[in-house]
Amino acid sequence: MTLQKATIIALYAVLELAAEPERQLTAVEIAEKYDISAHHLAKVLRDLGRGGLVDAVRGAGGGYRFTGNAKRLTLMDVISLFEDVEAETDALPARAAGQEIAQGLRFVLGEIDTQAVATLRSISLSTMLKLAARRPWAGVEMNPVKRGARRAG
Amino acid sequence: MPQRMTKTRAEPAPIRPANETDVPGVIALDREITGLLKAEYWHEMFERYGAHPDASRVFLVAGIGSRIDGFIVGEVRAWEFGSSPSGWIFAVQVRPGRRVQGLGSRLFGAVCDSFRAAGIDRVRTMVAPANTVIHSFFRSQGMTAGPFIELEMRLD
Repeated sequence: MTLQKATIIALYAVLELAAEPERQLTAVEIAEKYDISAHHLAKVLRDLGRGGLVDAVRGAGGGYRFTGNAKRLTLMDVISLFEDVEAETDALPARAAGQEIAQGLRFVLGEIDTQAVATLRSISLSTMLKLAARRPWAGVEMNPVKRGARRAG
Repeated sequence: MPQRMTKTRAEPAPIRPANETDVPGVIALDREITGLLKAEYWHEMFERYGAHPDASRVFLVAGIGSRIDGFIVGEVRAWEFGSSPSGWIFAVQVRPGRRVQGLGSRLFGAVCDSFRAAGIDRVRTMVAPANTVIHSFFRSQGMTAGPFIELEMRLD
């Protein structure tokens, strides 16, 4: 699954702020840490503010702070503010002759989407932060399927 | 002076191996949560996993007296498909009113301790995609996607 750039930036920002809810950070501080555009991040933070996930503190020493419930908010809650990963992607062909293969393909892609959405719904921000601190990927091969496919090729 | 209303937490229910007198409480709790009465199933489960407990077959309950507030069932499985033996959790329930108080985590920790005692270094389970509550619970305990993909086919 590939998420849009704004969505990834939003996840970085929300998780960074949720890690220490009492702390205020400016868009520039977050942007520097994640090596992302501060301009793009500022727009994303405005959307997160409208979504009730962060609060902007104005004035000197101001910045953004997390205002949600990290144990209740899931990755999916953040993602759905920016894109609809559950949307049906391709319309079926109008001609009946092409529908069998098109429906079969949609069925298989739907299997993948079901797993992806269930995963994103199951991980709260709090769980995500604990996972990142635990680093379960250390010593584990990332994307073994892709690597196996390259070997087979 | 007005009395301040305080929300009190229930006393932590001790966790222990299930015994035969716990089975009606397990059946009642499962029925309360799932809406299904599965008396025969739970008696069989107790016979298989609770009647002769050891580190590789675990049926634990949490509760005080005859009131069961949670349970967990698991076993060590020597898996096919090239996998080394692993712990497998196939049932866990916590009374809705006792959730988000750490009881599920203590049950999960206790069953993992049993698996460790059996020399096992990995625990697995399976959840329905739509069951966000239980999926989130296992995620919050640190579980991530495993190395296998579940497949099935209708035989009608």
